[in-house]
Amino acid sequence: MPHNATSSTPGGLNVAVLVSIGRHPLTARTRRADQDARAVEMALTLDGASVSLIHAGQQEREHEEALRGYLGMGIDTVNLIQQCPQADVVPALADALRQGAPQLVLSGARAETNEASGVLPYLLAEALGWPIITNLAAVEKVEQGMATVLQALPRGKRRRLRIRLPAIATVDSSAPAARQSAFGPARRGALEHLDAASDIDEALAAWQVQPARKRPKRLKIVKSSSARDRFKAAAAKADGGGGQTLTDVTPEQGAEAIFKLLKEEGVLR
Amino acid sequence: MSDLIRRDPRKEWIARNRLHPQHQDVLAEQGGGTKAFEWMGPNGVMRKNPHAVGFIGPNGVRRIDRSGAQQAAQTPGRSAETKDTRQRITIDQPAFMVAVVPDMAGGRLSSHDRDLLGLARQLADADPSQPGAVLAVVFGEHKETAFGEAGADRLLHLEGERFSGYLPELKVATLQGIEREVAPRFWLLPDSTLGGGELGRRLAARLGERPAAQVWQVENASASPTGWRCTARGAAGRDDIIRALPRVVLALAECADPVSETRHAAEPISLSQGLPDVLGRIEDLGEVAVDPASVSLAEAEFILSAGNGVKEWEGYHHAAEVLGATKGASRVAVDDGYMPRDRQVGATGTWVSARVYVAVGISGAIQHLQGIQSCEKVVAVNLDEGCDMVKRADLAVIGDASAVLAALVKRVEQYRAEQQENRNAA
Ligand SMILES: Cc1cc2nc3c(=O)[nH]c(=O)nc-3n(C[C@H](O)[C@H](O)[C@H](O)COP(=O)(O)OP(=O)(O)OC[C@H]3O[C@@H](n4cnc5c(N)ncnc54)[C@H](O)[C@@H]3O)c2cc1C
Repeated sequence: MPHNATSSTPGGLNVAVLVSIGRHPLTARTRRADQDARAVEMALTLDGASVSLIHAGQQEREHEEALRGYLGMGIDTVNLIQQCPQADVVPALADALRQGAPQLVLSGARAETNEASGVLPYLLAEALGWPIITNLAAVEKVEQGMATVLQALPRGKRRRLRIRLPAIATVDSSAPAARQSAFGPARRGALEHLDAASDIDEALAAWQVQPARKRPKRLKIVKSSSARDRFKAAAAKADGGGGQTLTDVTPEQGAEAIFKLLKEEGVLR
Repeated sequence: MSDLIRRDPRKEWIARNRLHPQHQDVLAEQGGGTKAFEWMGPNGVMRKNPHAVGFIGPNGVRRIDRSGAQQAAQTPGRSAETKDTRQRITIDQPAFMVAVVPDMAGGRLSSHDRDLLGLARQLADADPSQPGAVLAVVFGEHKETAFGEAGADRLLHLEGERFSGYLPELKVATLQGIEREVAPRFWLLPDSTLGGGELGRRLAARLGERPAAQVWQVENASASPTGWRCTARGAAGRDDIIRALPRVVLALAECADPVSETRHAAEPISLSQGLPDVLGRIEDLGEVAVDPASVSLAEAEFILSAGNGVKEWEGYHHAAEVLGATKGASRVAVDDGYMPRDRQVGATGTWVSARVYVAVGISGAIQHLQGIQSCEKVVAVNLDEGCDMVKRADLAVIGDASAVLAALVKRVEQYRAEQQENRNAA
């Protein structure tokens, strides 16, 4: 179901998408990052939007392969801002966005490599003074410098927000899946190199990075002085504990009790 | 009877001396029954007389039943009342503050929130000579009463009309105000998709602090500038990053054990300065109605699940529509062809996480119960009072499924009509 938003901005909507290098969770090969690709997909489905892709990173063969994954979605160029490997890319990206002056910036919620803390869009928003929203599910319409969007909430719900442009929005797995990357356009597309000064991220040097350890499972702690109680608690089947059972009631009384619970929990709308 | 324990040293002495002529009488008196084998000692500890335990079996051998059935039959005179043994702790002059902003999903502290408060307690109590206080910051209305039990020393409740809805910018500005006034040593937020994860990142960007996200372990480390070291997941869960604990921490669930041994004051405090006025660049236009049938079972909030006990399927489908519930089913209902396979709940179906799970005519086989482990409230409608689903349920109605569903539909329709009237009147 494509969410085609129509924009009434003269000259079309200018959308920038921040893309990163992803890594396949099983094979560890570089690829287009899943959430970033969804952001590109969303930008492409916006009617009359001119889409530009920005990546800050190194020019490397492996990275180029991954970036061509985005080109294969039907994009002509990716702007590659050259940065050294330990660079903090926020200043460079902020500069690029300030110059490009897009109305809407889309990105994934978090990267698939390195720190992947998901803070970058927030830092950009703070640096540029633009509003930011998360979990973008669809852009409904853009008019008069305001965008009406749907935000994905947990449990499949949606919230409608109106946000002043220019703005940054992050996209995660609730957005429509990205289209396939086609080989031909991926070969034909161009990477446009831009030079920018690199700010070295000094904190990184003090960190110790290792392959993720399995997290210990939390044990059920039973606080009781008597061994018998502890044993019973450890061996017992899960029971609700304090559950209320209504016997010998008319269906109406039972329904009333259920209705009360449903209302208390706020699931009736 | 007052629960003060009065000692009679002479009787105690007789009770200890098995050769005393009055020994049996005294034991019986203390045990409250004829044959006492267990009584409450002077210090509140249970004393046992092993010679009085058990019964003589058919072969003249003493048998002891340790299943507890026998013990339970003879209640000792003074029962050990379950007293709240948790220590009460108040911190009047904290050396520093640790602020926690719980998610309060559904208006209550979630288990994730409790873990965070537990972590905050660890950070606050590390140095007994300079105890810190844990501050819980709560936005909007809530239904929680046990902030003290969860480990909060101070509670800052920001309520009112202004804090309902989606207001990330106002919330961040408020937290910034708290930062200025209270200057907590650490800010702890749950790293959940909406709520703490978002708010924490906004806060970190605003304060200019580099946060640690996806933290799952915090340890003491004297070498680090903050005295603590944390382990955080990075690279989409593939790496662990070990680093000094920063001021803003976004922690995962089970990052620490929740508080269970102490109770805290949860003393309400308020900000001396007024709340900031924020120009709203993000406007909340409210939730959009989604078709519950299109919501995937795993993330549905409210599930009406049918089992072998449902006989009138028309009525069931109608009830699900009226209630606005997502439909689920037990395996039997699926195997019999009444429900599609993707609606099956349980070990071989979907593991659901609904806030309210209504099980209609489902017996509660272990394979089914596994699938609903993480449901918060379970309601059972069943004919059989002794079935496992009723034991698991928070509310069980014993009755015929079709009749109860029909009554429920009627009640909800009546409620909807009332609401409509109110809306029309207003
Ligand atoms: C390997 C394996 C995997 C399985 N995986 C799953 C799974 O993933 N999910 C799953 O659900 N099952 C699973 N099962 C099946 C499971 O063991 C049970 O057989 C099944 O859950 C029982 O379904 P039920 O409760 O609907 O039916 P029943 O056990 O027949 O229960 C029907 C209930 O309805 C009540 N009832 C009858 N008439 C009425 C009435 N008129 N009004 C109200 N109540 C009424 C009865 O008292 C009874 O409690 C699995 C089994 C195996 C062996």
